[in-house]
Amino acid sequence: MMKKTLLTALIALGLGLGGTAANAAGGEQHVEDFAFSFEGPFGKYDQNQLQRGLKVYTEVCAACHGLRHVAFRTLGDEGGPQFPADQVKAYASGFEVYDAELDDTRAAKPSDKFPGSALETAPDLSLMAKARAGFHGPYGLGINQMIKGMGGAEYIASILIGYTGEEKEQAGTTFYENTAFPGGWISMPPPMEDEQVEFDDGHKNDLHHMSADVSAFLMWTAEPKMMARKHLGLLAVLFLSLFTVLLYLTNKKLWAPIKRKDA
Amino acid sequence: MAGIPHDHYEPKTGIEKWLHKRLPVVGLMYDTLMIPTPKNLNWMWIWGIVLTFCLALQIITGIVLAMHYTPHVSMAFDSVEHIMRDVKGGWALRYIHANGGSLFFFAVYIHIFRGLYYGSYKAPREITWIVGMLIYLAMMATGFLGYVLPWGQMSFWGATVITGLFGAIPGIGPIIQEWLLGGPAVDNATLNRFFSLHYLIPFVIVGLVAVHIWAFHTTGNNNPTGVEVRRKSKAEANKDTVPFWPYFVIKDLFALVLILVIFFMFVGFMPNYLGHPDNYIPANPLVTPAHIVPEWYYLPFYAILRAITFDVLFLDAKFLGVLMMFGSIGVMALVPWLDTSPVRSGRYRPAFKWWFLILVIDFVVLMWCGSRPAEGLVPTISLIGAIYWFGYFLVILPVLGFMEKTKAVPETIEADFDAHYPPKSK
Repeated sequence: MMKKTLLTALIALGLGLGGTAANAAGGEQHVEDFAFSFEGPFGKYDQNQLQRGLKVYTEVCAACHGLRHVAFRTLGDEGGPQFPADQVKAYASGFEVYDAELDDTRAAKPSDKFPGSALETAPDLSLMAKARAGFHGPYGLGINQMIKGMGGAEYIASILIGYTGEEKEQAGTTFYENTAFPGGWISMPPPMEDEQVEFDDGHKNDLHHMSADVSAFLMWTAEPKMMARKHLGLLAVLFLSLFTVLLYLTNKKLWAPIKRKDA
Repeated sequence: MAGIPHDHYEPKTGIEKWLHKRLPVVGLMYDTLMIPTPKNLNWMWIWGIVLTFCLALQIITGIVLAMHYTPHVSMAFDSVEHIMRDVKGGWALRYIHANGGSLFFFAVYIHIFRGLYYGSYKAPREITWIVGMLIYLAMMATGFLGYVLPWGQMSFWGATVITGLFGAIPGIGPIIQEWLLGGPAVDNATLNRFFSLHYLIPFVIVGLVAVHIWAFHTTGNNNPTGVEVRRKSKAEANKDTVPFWPYFVIKDLFALVLILVIFFMFVGFMPNYLGHPDNYIPANPLVTPAHIVPEWYYLPFYAILRAITFDVLFLDAKFLGVLMMFGSIGVMALVPWLDTSPVRSGRYRPAFKWWFLILVIDFVVLMWCGSRPAEGLVPTISLIGAIYWFGYFLVILPVLGFMEKTKAVPETIEADFDAHYPPKSK
């Protein structure tokens, strides 16, 4: 059963795959450029935005989609939504997971992972922000990608705000016109509308803002160690740059007598 | 040709003498490290150290990654995510390993083109060159096998396409393909053997690298003039060379660390830039990606593979493409015998310089072609690029040696060095 569900999920994932390919080929899709806080070499996740994004995910996306790579405990990790331990525990308990030892379902614990997709045709969202990346250019010098990020979060947000309201039926399936989706027609119905989710902090909850928030959250699920990574990158670059200068001076001095220069 | 005369290790203390009589390992290390090296080597001679570093980096990070990775079709993708999320520092290891592969290939391409420009392949360094080509082929194999391991969409379909190349060989092709795959299609058996070989071949490379270094330590390094180090006496050799330690160790380390600054910009700020987004989608045998592309370092040869779009006599286009692809590396391996010029270094070959420059541009253009879908002008450009690649090695180099009027080559390395750094008048 598990295997079959997984396979179906994989197929569904694969169906959406045309996205990246069409993107590479140009296509008519429109992906809007959002100014996310995590872009650029010094960009960080906005903790409040991730928390809002989780709320959107829980109330909207989770009805059909899953996050099977993400453990509940990581919601408390540094560089993420960073909920206190008791809130993580309480949040996890709202999900039912299958326990092989009990051979039954039970309330989830922080050590469990989010359930997979509930709807067979809905792809898992854990890595979607990385699997749909590349909008800021796999080609060229890549400077754009360094500054604006990989573009996966933009793609997700653009899908959410990209519905035109048109629908059509084809071979028994309803397709919805979407300006961000490759080919222009997506089988996912418009998932949310303005003010569908109420935020505790009273943050704006129009479609545009909610889309940005949930996309930021999905960027985090795809790349939960981004902050640590950028930190390491910065440290490494600074340390190695200093080391380069020292080695440059050492080398210069070392070679001076050979090159008959004054050291 | 005798090696360059230099001071050898002399054991001094009792324990050194005792060890040296039984196992001259300190002597081996001393002689390797103190090897006389032409003092006029330029910045193109730093890539050997960068490559050695890459090999060590890839083996060390790879061994640790293998501790956490599971080579099974239903678990491989998830185990990579486990490394990225749950293993302490696992994300750093994996990103360093993935981008380390790119640095490895970037360095090897410059290293190869340096050899081509300065005639490093010419007698008496043919074996160094051939072994280098074997290392390059082993790297290609390792890189490809490694890219399959995360078992994403590009892994799976890349494996399908590349093993399919062997299937294109007439007659025995399908048997070879099945043997490579361990079955009729890419499946668990394929993943297992790819993992095993991805772990094995780097150690074969270590052995080949030792032979590579042994060979050029026997002949001595080439240098930008292409003039050999004088080796009649130690005094004469000392005028052309300085010992590897400390002069080139420090110089190479400086270059390596500078390159690592850029490397860590990739790892820290855009680790997925050189990868493909589709590989974050689990492998799915039922859905073919619209656009299957190999990693950037295979693109020029991938373009040559796809350049042939027509059958010739009884040979079909696909098989011809495969022949062309392997042939393009084959002709490069034969360059010691194809280049007829008596002058070694491109620096003194005015016409050669231009043909060489076109070859470098050709390589970049082919790389671009390989990254594009094979439509429009791309196949035509690829074909022209492939023809130039073969033409350079099979026609231009052999003919140029007879036609070209070369410039005067300096008498000695010392003379060249002194021209750059004139001795102070006393």
